[in-house]
Amino acid sequence: MSDMVDQVLFRNRKPDRIATLEEYRAGGGYEAFARVLRENDPREVPKIIDASGLRGRGGAGFPCARKWMAVPEDGPFPRYVAVNSDEMEPGTFKDRVLIHADPHSILEGMAIAAFAISAEKGYIFVRPSYENAARILEREAERARDAGFLGKNILGSGFSFDIIVHRSGGRYICGEASALLKALMGKRPNPVKAPPFPTDKGLWERPTLVNNVETLANIPHIIRNGPDWFKGLARTPTGSGTKLYCVSGRVNRPGCFELPMGTPLSEIIEQHAGGLPEGRRFKACLPGGASTRFMTAEHYDIEMDFDSLASVGHRLGTAAIMVFDDRTCLVGVTLNLIEFFARESCGWCTPCREGIPYVRDLLWRIEHGEGREEHIPQLRELSRHLWNAYCAFAPGAASPVESLLTFFEDEVREHISQKKCPFGGR
Amino acid sequence: MAESAHPRELIVDVLLELQEHYGYVNDEAMSLACDLFDMTPLEIDELATFYDFIYREPVGKHVIHVCDSAICWMNGYESVLNLLSARLGIKYGETTPDGLFTLLPACCIGYCDRSPAMMVNRKVYGSLTPEKVDRILERCRNGGRPEESDETER
Repeated sequence: MSDMVDQVLFRNRKPDRIATLEEYRAGGGYEAFARVLRENDPREVPKIIDASGLRGRGGAGFPCARKWMAVPEDGPFPRYVAVNSDEMEPGTFKDRVLIHADPHSILEGMAIAAFAISAEKGYIFVRPSYENAARILEREAERARDAGFLGKNILGSGFSFDIIVHRSGGRYICGEASALLKALMGKRPNPVKAPPFPTDKGLWERPTLVNNVETLANIPHIIRNGPDWFKGLARTPTGSGTKLYCVSGRVNRPGCFELPMGTPLSEIIEQHAGGLPEGRRFKACLPGGASTRFMTAEHYDIEMDFDSLASVGHRLGTAAIMVFDDRTCLVGVTLNLIEFFARESCGWCTPCREGIPYVRDLLWRIEHGEGREEHIPQLRELSRHLWNAYCAFAPGAASPVESLLTFFEDEVREHISQKKCPFGGR
Repeated sequence: MAESAHPRELIVDVLLELQEHYGYVNDEAMSLACDLFDMTPLEIDELATFYDFIYREPVGKHVIHVCDSAICWMNGYESVLNLLSARLGIKYGETTPDGLFTLLPACCIGYCDRSPAMMVNRKVYGSLTPEKVDRILERCRNGGRPEESDETER
């Protein structure tokens, strides 16, 4: 179905292999980079990105150009670009699919970002289960180097930039920007609170841009086709570009689909992910990974972009849509998610290290028929306390718990009154 | 390391290499890393114990990580785990007496479109069925390479 929609990031996607450098170039690849080098005006690049309305695709949705412009012009050298391909948010696999489709769009995006902030080195931070993606990126960076798009004095411009693929040892918190930078420097990756922001003092105290893979892959297309074209790709007036939506859970065809930003949820699920299996009914979804709130059928037709979701109290996150049907126990889902957060907490601060296991124990009791009425207010209070944590990890963990109690309190109560899971633990 | 302005950025790579050599990051590997990086044992251990894929305790020749996050939970990771436990006679965190297999959990490995999924020796296998799990174990036992993973290099 998705071939009916204009493909930008997936234009070169093939069923069984990546697009080669030659294929990428045949479609205009590396023209944008060559052009910004020729025009040689680094300050112009963020202006184009700003006009395009591109917002970060890693989860927070921060305007991309504002981050780039935050790098001080008189800041020290060398500067760095760090690409976040940690992608450990449950339900999210878009970066993996994108790297396996068109890796050079990411490399070119990095090179353009580096030119805009005068960076000389780029790191791609890759999680262990994406070892294959790491190998692809290393190999393709070598090919780009051979073709003269990376390395010293690129295309005779005097600008030099190179890319290193950094393999992580594997831990969810490394996806948090400040933790990612500490991991890159070989330090224990506990998050650090800003300020200073990485754009002021990042890697080795030097200005550093941290962007998501999907965000950067958009850059060459925006430079080549212009900001108005990019804005026009979206279905909603305040959205821009396309979005890689990952759909998983109770659907017939789980997968990653590139669709206009703001495509309605119902359309994504039914036309692209094949709908729910026969006889199953949509109960809720997590619209953007494990750190977002459960969204009920009330918003089944919502336009999936940053502003539309924010206007009803939800977050687009990574746009990893996890679909739950009427036969799935949401207490069970939440317990599973909290188990994940409890295991992945870096342990630095008390609300997170101690609070999340406490929430898990209460949810475990409820799911296994040992729940009591007073556990509900206790869970509410605990999830509020999680907001006192040092970074965004624990508030993320609180989101499914808080929304479970808000939208599915009856389901939780049924567990308590029946002294068992009404869904038989599923 | 000689080429890097900040050698410490390579610490995870070096620990993974040492792990490849010793089977896990044992105390000898730790002391080698200390010498290489001029870091204290505490600084190294702080890192070695932080990451899910660096092992500070002995593991089997084949390390199996079963994805147990939300989507694999919905799609029955528990039956994959039970099957593995039954076939290997071990639980999470244990190693078979012959030193061939270790069974560990993994947080969402990013193959939710091919769930349930697991990693064997850092390669991913998705859309698991009992037959597929058995085939993978059989190949490991025979010392050959496991069957094609679901992420072969392309």
